[in-house]
Amino acid sequence: MPRCLGIFYFLRLENTLKHKGFRGIVRFVETVTQYIIYAAAFVSIYVEVFLLVTFIEERKKIVYRTGSTVPARYPTVTVIVPCWNEAKTLEGTIESLRGLDYPKDRLTIFLVDDGSTDTTWEIMQKYEHDPQIRIFQKENGGKHTAMNLGIKESTSELIGCLDADSFVDRHALARIVTYFDDPKTMSVSPSIIVHKPKTLIQRAQSVEYQWAVYIKKVLGLLGGIHVTPGPFSIYRKAVFETIGYFRKAHNTEDMEIAFRMQKNHMKIEQCNDAYVYTVTPPSVRKLYRQRLRWIHGFIRNTFDYRAVLFKESYGTFALFTVPSGIVSIIAATLLFSLFVINAARFIYEKIHEFISFGYHFSHAAFHFNWYIFSAHTSMFLLVILYGLLIVAMLIGTAMAEGRFKLSIHLISFIIIYQIIAPIWLMNAIYKAAFTRGTSWR
Amino acid sequence: MDYKKYVIVFFITAALFGSAVYASNYINNKKIDSLKSIEDKVSIDILSSETQFTLLEESSCADADSSSLADELSSLGEKIAASEQNIGSDDVLSLKRYYSLLEIKDYLLAKRISARCGTKALVVLYFYSNETDCADCAKQSDVLTELRDKYPGVRVYSFDYNLDLNAVHTLTKIYHVSATPSLVINDRTYTGLQDLPVIEKTTPLLRAFLPKPAAKMVTPSLVK
Repeated sequence: MPRCLGIFYFLRLENTLKHKGFRGIVRFVETVTQYIIYAAAFVSIYVEVFLLVTFIEERKKIVYRTGSTVPARYPTVTVIVPCWNEAKTLEGTIESLRGLDYPKDRLTIFLVDDGSTDTTWEIMQKYEHDPQIRIFQKENGGKHTAMNLGIKESTSELIGCLDADSFVDRHALARIVTYFDDPKTMSVSPSIIVHKPKTLIQRAQSVEYQWAVYIKKVLGLLGGIHVTPGPFSIYRKAVFETIGYFRKAHNTEDMEIAFRMQKNHMKIEQCNDAYVYTVTPPSVRKLYRQRLRWIHGFIRNTFDYRAVLFKESYGTFALFTVPSGIVSIIAATLLFSLFVINAARFIYEKIHEFISFGYHFSHAAFHFNWYIFSAHTSMFLLVILYGLLIVAMLIGTAMAEGRFKLSIHLISFIIIYQIIAPIWLMNAIYKAAFTRGTSWR
Repeated sequence: MDYKKYVIVFFITAALFGSAVYASNYINNKKIDSLKSIEDKVSIDILSSETQFTLLEESSCADADSSSLADELSSLGEKIAASEQNIGSDDVLSLKRYYSLLEIKDYLLAKRISARCGTKALVVLYFYSNETDCADCAKQSDVLTELRDKYPGVRVYSFDYNLDLNAVHTLTKIYHVSATPSLVINDRTYTGLQDLPVIEKTTPLLRAFLPKPAAKMVTPSLVK
């Protein structure tokens, strides 16, 4: 079918060339790009409507608990904190774990030093005699090796991971374990909130993370989660005994394990009322690196697991989550390229005018009339898309904070991400295509 | 797999998409309608001026002035140009043809009035192209806007060189216009971009159209 379309367009192009020459090509390219933009807008609206419809349909199934939660039973849990040069935040992370509202004899904390070169190991040693804590030191081998060491040492029913830059809410674990009452649930992830956002970039991320609270919950309800993030995702130990341990996977081990679980039809849940606070990149440069790593990981993992794509038996994960991720990467890249081409054309024309004519001040003579406002279809599509986005963000905030509130940082989120997201997307595509790796920090 | 939901969501999306298309069409049609009504009004005004002029013949040149019409025409022209860029449908094209005809009629009427009444007149016919081959056209348009602002009585009529209209073709033939941008200033044709100082130099008549200063500083020595 796509090939037929290709031939069809080729014939049209040839025809156009014969009759109209260069001017014809320009028109033809413009028409084709317009259709591509419409297609991208259609898919984007579809994705947002799909999530919203699911949310409305399933909203009664979403529980919000406040205060202490007493689960039916307290399974044994080991939380592994893999550390590589985490001296700055490690203590806070450990203290938050010790403060968890969970019986001390049911919760063990493993601190794994993955060959740190700072004072991480010294900090860990302070907790050596804590009966709840065990500390390990190993040569640097990557986050997945630190996790695997902990998993092998653990005898608990559940295994958790907590990145050393994150802090748990004291009720988080008790709420998460209730999801394991369902014997089919193999992994549960919490809602992740930005820890004390200070910079503009962090505040923008804060809006994004709240939005993700909603998106992840809906995906969880549909069984379509594609990542069990480092901050406090909890797994049944049986997961690792059945499908193996963490693997080196394009610096996104927490994504690869979720892909592998989906491939093995394991159920991943999202516990929306378990909160974990994580330190997010404070600057554009660091955010850029993080996202480059995430997107690159997404592309490579999708490629590695391409066999499951669009297969009905793998459910929402294969039919919706991953395809919509791919489409959004393509659409954002495309729109950005168009923007750059148009901007370049505009600048070229201005320079051309300047060279041939010099600067001209007559623009004061511009007469205002309402006909200059474009009522093009794409404008209305944009309004619909942003409207849906704002609704999604409102729901996210309501889920994370318990009230509807439109943050002013929605604007910074939209502006910042619109400018830099396409760049990390394109760089990630480039790196994924030419098998270059990304760095952690 | 819940196919029903995928289908329902498809229809909701299609409905949203459709309403965007509908809203766009609705507003554009409104704009075209309002353009049409302005055009009709201008058309009636021109016809009225013509009739008035014919009735009065030479007896009263003072009444036969259509300069206010020229302003109305030029503002209509701007609206049509903006709509052409934003809407670009066949409707706008037919509005544009009609507009070009109105311009020619106004031009002829102004010529007749000037000949009979001996009023000074300066008419500029401007031939442009919206295609990519006319990089200087935008600049030339700016120059002419500036010219009109500096010399208020000058009439500028713009014509799309590529417009499929016989009356425009005839005009181009009469004045031997074969490229864009081209200007015809008082029956003489200039091809290529004409800067404002250049136009001022080639057309000394322009000076007569400089607006009279509002408040003249008259010093006693100058009165003598």
